[in-house]
Amino acid sequence: MNLDDYRGVWVFIEQNDGKIEDVSLELLGAGKKLADKLEVPLGGFLLGNQIRPLANQVISYGADEVYLIDHPVLKDYRTESYMSGVMLLAQKYMPEIILYGATPNGKDLASAVATDLVTGLTADTTMLDVDVDNRLLEASRPAFGGNIMATILCKKHRPQMATVRPKVMKALEPDAVRQGKIIEEKIALNEEEMRTKVLQIVNDVTKKAKLADAHVIVCGGKGMGDLQNFQLIHELAETIGASAGGTRDVVEAGWLPHEQQVGQTGETVTPKIYFAIGVSGAIQHVVGMKNSEFIIAINKDPNAPIFDVATYGIVGDAMEIVPKLIEQFKKLKAEKGGELSYA
Amino acid sequence: MHIVVCVKQVPDTKIIKINPKTNTLDRRSAPAILNPYDAHAVQEAVKIKEKTGGTISVLSMGPPQATAVIKKSVEIGADQGYLISDRAFAGADTLATSYALSKALERIAKELPIDMIICGKHAIDGDTGQVGPGIARRLDIPPVTNVIEVTEVNEREKTVLIKRKLTNGYELVQSEMPCLLTVEKEINDIEYSPMPNMISAARYEPIIWAVDDLENVDRSQLGLKGSPTVVGKMFTPPRPEGGKKLDGSADEQVSQLMDILMEKKDLFTLQSTK
Repeated sequence: MNLDDYRGVWVFIEQNDGKIEDVSLELLGAGKKLADKLEVPLGGFLLGNQIRPLANQVISYGADEVYLIDHPVLKDYRTESYMSGVMLLAQKYMPEIILYGATPNGKDLASAVATDLVTGLTADTTMLDVDVDNRLLEASRPAFGGNIMATILCKKHRPQMATVRPKVMKALEPDAVRQGKIIEEKIALNEEEMRTKVLQIVNDVTKKAKLADAHVIVCGGKGMGDLQNFQLIHELAETIGASAGGTRDVVEAGWLPHEQQVGQTGETVTPKIYFAIGVSGAIQHVVGMKNSEFIIAINKDPNAPIFDVATYGIVGDAMEIVPKLIEQFKKLKAEKGGELSYA
Repeated sequence: MHIVVCVKQVPDTKIIKINPKTNTLDRRSAPAILNPYDAHAVQEAVKIKEKTGGTISVLSMGPPQATAVIKKSVEIGADQGYLISDRAFAGADTLATSYALSKALERIAKELPIDMIICGKHAIDGDTGQVGPGIARRLDIPPVTNVIEVTEVNEREKTVLIKRKLTNGYELVQSEMPCLLTVEKEINDIEYSPMPNMISAARYEPIIWAVDDLENVDRSQLGLKGSPTVVGKMFTPPRPEGGKKLDGSADEQVSQLMDILMEKKDLFTLQSTK
């Protein structure tokens, strides 16, 4: 393998039902920085059925080139059909870096493609950079479920690939007059030969989506002590019309379902207001919430790392503070005769 | 019906400590456990076998003491287990791991053809979720990841109906068998092991294979040598400056916080619903 044969930074543009996933637009923003440093074009690649109209949107968000394959068999995501498309594009155009959103489909696709291309893949990245001299992607992620970041390199194989957590990178402001090149490839796919069929897609906007879209989140950690004390989290959330969330420890202890876990292996959230109560602030948690607009931390330990990312911190016992907060909010609601709402 | 479940022994990351000087894992600090997602994978195999009958095998890769997770799987209800253990496998990333496991699966399939492979969604020490789909590609069978329900197994038609979790909901997928599933925790609840399982697990001796016990192995694809990714550096991210800590008694702090929140009209307003 001659590493110098590979040039360009690519982003997988994930679309569902003709709508591009936000994470793909975020990755165009992140990919643009890498491409500029390496002085190569940024490419977006797009697979699906009747998806040509989406190409201009990909360009407006920063791509110089859009590679697309349009085929009825590609209507819904399936590992087999999508990976044959990606293999065709990657082998023909040989990008040096490919980024995918760390969504169920993005991770599935990247894992399959990495195996067939015999190359390295870093999972759930939260920081991206390049070593320009060696043209190496530096993909960093929290390691060991804990308080440390690891930078993963792929030195001798190309393309270098990574999946990237949603809501961690920033999309560029779309530029409607931006110009780019659209390159369309044909693929031979036959529905009869597919070994899997998608029979039905059900959009279920329950708890999980509620947490990801919530304007205010009250998140409790292990510091709440036990399941009974944890009810205070629910009570505060209910009082102020927020969604309740928990750390990995809380979910593993069974105090909350997994859908309500915030962090590396749970949801990444960016609410307007985030209460972190009894949450120490392990890196794997912080990567899932640090982009929240306004963070309030309540913790007994004045050195807890959560205070580093908090806008305001209260050092104190949650069992004492939270009931007072609930009382204050209830009083306020009774005085003004209304519900809290969030702009 | 022959189901093979791939399992991994992992340090309990809830307890593990990092040596702050060397930035490496202090593995002695954490007990080794069966990866929680893999426990659900074994449990799902047990549920399927209750309907279809057949055999459940488990496969793991790791040091000799990883036989503990195979015994644990037998306790949940697996019939037999294999451990591939060899210095040649050490230092493998996800690509080299899926290669080694696929070679072991080929050998298992020679003894008894495999209808389904089940893996946990990811292991809690690496959190990648890449090995399952990798194995499926190497064996050229369809992977179905993030499974939350195995709705129906049709042995006659050799198909399986699956609910697969998506970002905003789920999809109903039909797959041909053999196939590979990776399962979410919510797929089932781990049941208490019946006493006979506990007894057979205590007595069970897993089959251990070294690299020479596997066929057609390209050693350059194993272990550290076969791993395209390397850890460049480990670091603790720079601590951001942090915000303001409120002071005073609990009452004073709460009242300060209320004032701050009420001032943030762009974030937080009280609307009369009267």
